[in-house]
Amino acid sequence: MSRLLPYPVLTALLLLMWMLLTSFSVGQFLLGGAVAVGASRAMAALQPSKPRLRRWQLIPKLLGVVTFDILQSNIAVASIILQGNRRERIPGFVAIPLDLRDKTGLAVLACIVTSTPGTAWVEFAPDTGVLLIHVLDLADEAEWVSVIKQRYEQPLMEIFE
Amino acid sequence: MNHLEDLPAWAALLTAFLVVLGAGLTLIGAIGTLRFRSFFERVHAPTLGTSWGTGAILLASAVCFSALGSRPIIHEILIGVFITVTTPVTLMLLARATIYRDRTEGNEGVPPRSLLRHPHDA
Amino acid sequence: MTAAILLWAVTAAQAMLVAAMACSAYRLIRGPRAQDRVLCLDATYVSAMLLILTIGIRTGSAIYFEAALIIAVLGFVSSVALAKFLMRGEVIE
Repeated sequence: MSRLLPYPVLTALLLLMWMLLTSFSVGQFLLGGAVAVGASRAMAALQPSKPRLRRWQLIPKLLGVVTFDILQSNIAVASIILQGNRRERIPGFVAIPLDLRDKTGLAVLACIVTSTPGTAWVEFAPDTGVLLIHVLDLADEAEWVSVIKQRYEQPLMEIFE
Repeated sequence: MNHLEDLPAWAALLTAFLVVLGAGLTLIGAIGTLRFRSFFERVHAPTLGTSWGTGAILLASAVCFSALGSRPIIHEILIGVFITVTTPVTLMLLARATIYRDRTEGNEGVPPRSLLRHPHDA
Repeated sequence: MTAAILLWAVTAAQAMLVAAMACSAYRLIRGPRAQDRVLCLDATYVSAMLLILTIGIRTGSAIYFEAALIIAVLGFVSSVALAKFLMRGEVIE
């Protein structure tokens, strides 16, 4: 079983997506099934780390917080662009020491930081755990560090570690 | 334009608002790529279009077609998930490429590698 | 009445998305550096995908949504390939 189907959830999702995009018929089931099994076995060659979700019930809350924050920073960045260079604004880099080590957690944090307009993930040193981000409107460096650490890193550590 | 006339009024107005909001955010983001002066400032501008710009237009299309009931909204969900997952990958790779190029050329304004050392070791 | 408002809104949105593509294309031509061009190529791809989505809302045909999905996939792959190319020489961990 595990040799033939190393990732059963991934295979099932691929098959479901295939049939939703085409049609629900026996022919499409067989064709989609063949593609899904082949693709999930190709995935095994990449040897992805299997994430362990410890407290999945925190995910909806984090999702809500992130959606709201992205909307808020959308408005902030849009006003910065529309104001032009009339207002004093200092862009800059911020180094943040992270305690999160789980690879999937770091990947989700990267998605959050980059999707939020106004912050961009630049570099991460895996040995020291220091993350470098670029901030468009750098008013208070310590505030950005605490926002990233408390709003995003804390719940991600609870979910994944 | 037959199918648009079958829409109930609330759905039509909501769709109209969301479509204009999404397109407006994308346009502001594109103007940002023209206005900002350095690459790392410009990285922030297209994320307006890929976050709520895309989100609002996908929501508009989801509202429109679920009110009409003419087709499932599976494509909207797939596009939304795909854009959210892939944009960070592109932008992270670009930012790392830029930092690598700036460091090898010795340009000014590049954060030094020493920033990545742990604060307690320094 | 509301259908007319919706039609006008979609038309305005399409005009804005075309203007967004023009802005990105201008930066794509002007540069100044390769990474700016790749960034704006990606932004142009996203605007084109959104433009096709608005055409899909306008006509109500499902074929445009499949085209948008394909544009999103192609845009991602090409931008990542170009970004990797800019990083040549670095050993990827």
